Amino acid sequence: MRVAAPLIAAAAMLATSFLIFAFLGKDPLNALDVFFIEPLNSRYGWGELFLKATPLALCALGLALGFSANVWNIGAEGQLTLGAICGGGVALYWGDYLGPLALPVILLAGMAGGAAWAAIPAYLRTRFNTSEILVSLMLVYIAQLLLNYLLHGIWRDPEGFNYPQSRAFDERILLPLLFDGQRANLAFPIMLGVAAISWVFSARLFAGFRMRVGGQAPAAAAYAGFSERRNVWLALMIGGGAAGLAGVCEVVGPIGRLQVDISPGYGFAAIIVAFVGRLHPAGIVLAALLMSLLYLGGESVQLGLQLPAAVTGLFQGMLLFYLLAADLFVGFRLRRVSRARAA
Amino acid sequence: MNVEFLVAIVTGTVVAATPLIYAALGELIAERAGVLNLGVEGMMLVGALTAFSVGVGTGSLALGYLAAVCTSMLLALLFAILTLSLQTNQVATGLALTLFGLGLSAFAGRKFTGLPIQGLRAMWIPGLSHLPIAGPLLFRFDAAVYGSILLYFAVDHVLNRTRAGLQLRAVGESPAIAHALGQPVLLTRYAAVLFGGATSGIAGAYLSTALTPMWVEGMSAGRGWIALALVVFATWKPLRVLLGAYLFGGVTILQLHAQGLGLGVPSEILSMLPYAATIVVLVIICRDPKTILLNQPAALGKSFHPDV
Repeated sequence: MRVAAPLIAAAAMLATSFLIFAFLGKDPLNALDVFFIEPLNSRYGWGELFLKATPLALCALGLALGFSANVWNIGAEGQLTLGAICGGGVALYWGDYLGPLALPVILLAGMAGGAAWAAIPAYLRTRFNTSEILVSLMLVYIAQLLLNYLLHGIWRDPEGFNYPQSRAFDERILLPLLFDGQRANLAFPIMLGVAAISWVFSARLFAGFRMRVGGQAPAAAAYAGFSERRNVWLALMIGGGAAGLAGVCEVVGPIGRLQVDISPGYGFAAIIVAFVGRLHPAGIVLAALLMSLLYLGGESVQLGLQLPAAVTGLFQGMLLFYLLAADLFVGFRLRRVSRARAA
Repeated sequence: MNVEFLVAIVTGTVVAATPLIYAALGELIAERAGVLNLGVEGMMLVGALTAFSVGVGTGSLALGYLAAVCTSMLLALLFAILTLSLQTNQVATGLALTLFGLGLSAFAGRKFTGLPIQGLRAMWIPGLSHLPIAGPLLFRFDAAVYGSILLYFAVDHVLNRTRAGLQLRAVGESPAIAHALGQPVLLTRYAAVLFGGATSGIAGAYLSTALTPMWVEGMSAGRGWIALALVVFATWKPLRVLLGAYLFGGVTILQLHAQGLGLGVPSEILSMLPYAATIVVLVIICRDPKTILLNQPAALGKSFHPDV
């Protein structure tokens, strides 16, 4: 029954979007067609679906491990930015000298950057009991300012007409495209690999088991001698590394350079993806595809119906609300209790 | 360092702290009742947009503030129904509320980006506002600033000196015992969450009508989260919320002035200061586990369902 709630939530979101489009004075059926069907009418559209699902799923896979261990890393957006900065920095300085090793080194640097950024909340939580929620979130803003600083200063492209962006990376160090005529790249199969590893980790390894026990029954975990400290570190390192990988895959993927806006909030949307995917790797991949479609739909209605693309964020938020509410009706049975008995 | 410069810094600090005071005092009440609402940022953004759009549409800022309070309370009600009646996880629901508020305000606010608005005016008190230094320091703020101080006294008084405040704290410390003694646990929590929604609405409205009189997508820039951090920093005590808010306001204003002076430190680095200060302050407060254990409401973040 655990899969029922996301389906109910998606159906409820669809029904609400019907009403919203009608309220905005658009023919709702036509609008739904433009939002959900039209983006997938072409090979290019499917490529975009996989392209945008990749960072969402990568971030969400890492976050989900943490959430199931009661570690609330909500700063994936910042870890993604740091991954982009570190990977992009390696690409800028050494990309031309590393030859065939360039891409793996860049991706590893991105993961290391994201993990290092997540190490701050991990250290502060385990050493000083500081809430990882607030620290990881504050670091999102700091990471974005750091990126702005670099792009307005030392990393700015001297031939870029003063735009805050770095020079374009060499074609050879970009992630290779999967097929001609679309933009999905090697990052998508990498993400599927990460999903498989994450499943093995959480379902088959003792470390994953310890994390789940720590999340669902902290008292039992303490009694069994499972270290909370280790869980916090593991959750944040994995989450940060995955988000960093997502960030670096964007800059050596579709973007091809460092710029101020790397992500339209993938790190935050990934929180929704993790929950809608029920914190399970397979579910997360599917949920990421759905969320990716919401991004594409937003762009599609902006072009086709002159509606703001921000409708995406509205639908994403709604989806999570419906999911949380649906969980109750899936998990419990409603029963009428007469007043007399209740009293 | 002339006097006018110092006066400008102090008044700037007070103004920058005002939205934090509103948001943090509201969250403090919700948390003392045992409800952790991480949706402050979302409620602030929706409040900011509502106040701005109603203010532009009707020309009346008072109506704008009223509307902001109403919409933010609606969002808080949604949060309350989910977490209190439907027993959802408070952390996840709060995050959902923030993401929803971000999306909703970005979507509905597209038309209002770049419009001008007549910001909140300073109150002019005959006689007092003319005074040389005390005038600008004490008597030339807008009504919302004085309101924030009044709110502090009201919250402090109700929380610590009245029966209703005692009930609220009991519900936050031990809902089961409060329930056994006949206290309406869920009703108290509903009221506390709605109060938090209302003050978040005012905080947001202050952003878009006074601090920076305009509407920009995501304009709260983490202030809702800083307000959440302030409550921890204040160890759930109203007076410390007030002092903490002024501290943060001071950091914000000092870094703005430092940018203006051109100290050779890049503006991006200076802009990191309020966020970095939040982290540092959290570390200082949380360093000793006893501080949190002794002060945090014991039932914070835990669902409670009265057995019938």
